[in-house]
Amino acid sequence: MIQAINRTLRDEMKRNDKIVVLGEDVGVNGGVFRATEGLIQEFGPNRVLDTPLAESGIIGVSIGMALYGLRPVPEIQFMDFVYPGFDQIQSELSKFRYRSGGQFIVPVVIRMPYGGGIKGSHYHSQSTEAFFAHTPGLKVVIPGTPYDAKGLLTSALREEDPVMFLEPKKIYRTVRGEVPEDDFTVPIGKANVSREGSDVVVFAYGAMLHVALEAAELASAKGINVEVVDLRTLIPFDIETIMSSVKKTGRVVILHEACKTCGFGAEIAAQIAERGILHLKSPIVRVAGFDVPFPYVLEDDYMPNASRVLSAIEKVHNF
Amino acid sequence: MEPEISEEELQRLYKIMLLTRSLDIRGVQLQRQGRIGFFISGLGQEAAQIGSAYALQPEDWILPAYREVGAMLVRGITLTQLMDHYFANAEDIQNGRQLTNLFGVRAVNYVTGSAPLATQIPHAVGVALGAKLRRDPIVALTYFGDGATSENDFHTGMNFAGVFKTPTVFFCQNNQWAISVPVSKQTASESIAIKAQAYGFEGVRVDGNDILAVYRTTREAVDKARKGGGPTLIEAVTYRMGPHSSSDDPKRYRTEQELAEWQRRDPLTRFRKYLEKKGMWNETSEKQAQDEASRQLDEAVKHAEKLPRPTIETLFSDVYEHMPWNLEEQLRQLKTEKQGGTQ
Repeated sequence: MIQAINRTLRDEMKRNDKIVVLGEDVGVNGGVFRATEGLIQEFGPNRVLDTPLAESGIIGVSIGMALYGLRPVPEIQFMDFVYPGFDQIQSELSKFRYRSGGQFIVPVVIRMPYGGGIKGSHYHSQSTEAFFAHTPGLKVVIPGTPYDAKGLLTSALREEDPVMFLEPKKIYRTVRGEVPEDDFTVPIGKANVSREGSDVVVFAYGAMLHVALEAAELASAKGINVEVVDLRTLIPFDIETIMSSVKKTGRVVILHEACKTCGFGAEIAAQIAERGILHLKSPIVRVAGFDVPFPYVLEDDYMPNASRVLSAIEKVHNF
Repeated sequence: MEPEISEEELQRLYKIMLLTRSLDIRGVQLQRQGRIGFFISGLGQEAAQIGSAYALQPEDWILPAYREVGAMLVRGITLTQLMDHYFANAEDIQNGRQLTNLFGVRAVNYVTGSAPLATQIPHAVGVALGAKLRRDPIVALTYFGDGATSENDFHTGMNFAGVFKTPTVFFCQNNQWAISVPVSKQTASESIAIKAQAYGFEGVRVDGNDILAVYRTTREAVDKARKGGGPTLIEAVTYRMGPHSSSDDPKRYRTEQELAEWQRRDPLTRFRKYLEKKGMWNETSEKQAQDEASRQLDEAVKHAEKLPRPTIETLFSDVYEHMPWNLEEQLRQLKTEKQGGTQ
């Protein structure tokens, strides 16, 4: 996946000379995860900027560059470090188009590695996508495969609205897949049915997509036919695909690694309840991180895994 | 040292000061009469705003805080545009979405502000950095107050500007008060200007109630920035003669005596005396200019007040380029409710 992101940045920077990459260590070092490797050599220091270590500055300056007509792509080294820039995202980035009556637009794509599974403790592991999903004016996009990483990042870089582009760092190198070299996009706002099934649907995104697929295999061995839907975009989420899988299966599991209470799964569950409670044959079950700060040594107990998802699948199936 | 400004231009500057003052007084009246919702005044800061904005070229950018009406008028924002915004009516280009004086017009590179303090400062660095990377000879000037210099974004913005040597002018209107908190409680530094040293560029202090001094100081900073000389921090020492906003009562925290002292340094009186001494202004021109300001304001108010509110669609438009399904759905629901139907 990291290669797909790197290539997409390179391809789009070639196509559009207004794209500027900036952040901490994105230049000579190529980013701590190497997402921007080689870009400074290819495009020079006017397109790839190592900045002072200050997230509000990285995001605030990006907003200014976007006001001026550029397309900045700031990297926040870890999502856990975005909070000094939260005011800029919440008060400025998300509201410029609206408050100016459409006069000033800020097409900034904020790339942030997020999520657990790398033994990073509190501050290199969190999934706080719900903060951004709760802010009108932002789009929130999370790829779960290398193919989608390229397709969605390409779409984001061609958007006229700000995009929070969350990259599941656990699968940067562990999940591999074919990515065509030609120019293609994956539309923002469309979910993907990653696995067809008829008994139970699991909604997931990011690294959890692969946990859902693993659980679906385990369930299959037990005779339960599981559909897995990769949401891919949280805002705006694909209500049509969600409801079509709900109607098809009538049994729903929602999976994310962010903590459970007020997590994005709550929104999906509420939408399903509002629109299709009569299609449900069992209660909706959420499998999520616990409502605790992200742990260190007990990370494996915190992170949802296939067996926990399998239990949820069996629970809704046998209800 | 007198600036090279023609007599006609000096008179124009004074007229803009008068118009700004008149607009301010009218704004307060309209708010008290309940005809507009909220007002935030720049009373006493006209020289700082107008002198600095006048030092820019039309292609330069302004990233304001929230009381820079004088700068708006220099920029060519019209009274009609402003009044439509004050009344938040259907012709307000911001669709009635912002509190009074949080206003911007893309066509004149005057960016619409926000209420959180100092957030516009990194934007001004970004605009300037963008221009620098594109090799455009553009300068970005940002306004903020003494209170804002305590915020993270002031320091971050200054630091980025120093590192990237951006063509940014940081224009601090030190008006002595952040609502009820005096500048002595914002900083232990001997001045605000001195803070620039820590970021590797020049900081200068200027009498913010002397329009010509403000113009000259800003012009030097703007010229330097345009020539690649990097940023400057200007501290214009001035005074907020009015309340923080229509919701504030300064009698609670400052003395009448202090206000009276600053009223003696009123920037309008000072500039008028200068013009009179030069034989460029007199009682008759004062009366004419005041009448003209009143007439223009009457006209703009009359126009703005009769217009309807923005349509219900504007509650949902401009959140994104294209309205997503959930906003379309909520708009439909609201319309149905308003028509007395059920969802």
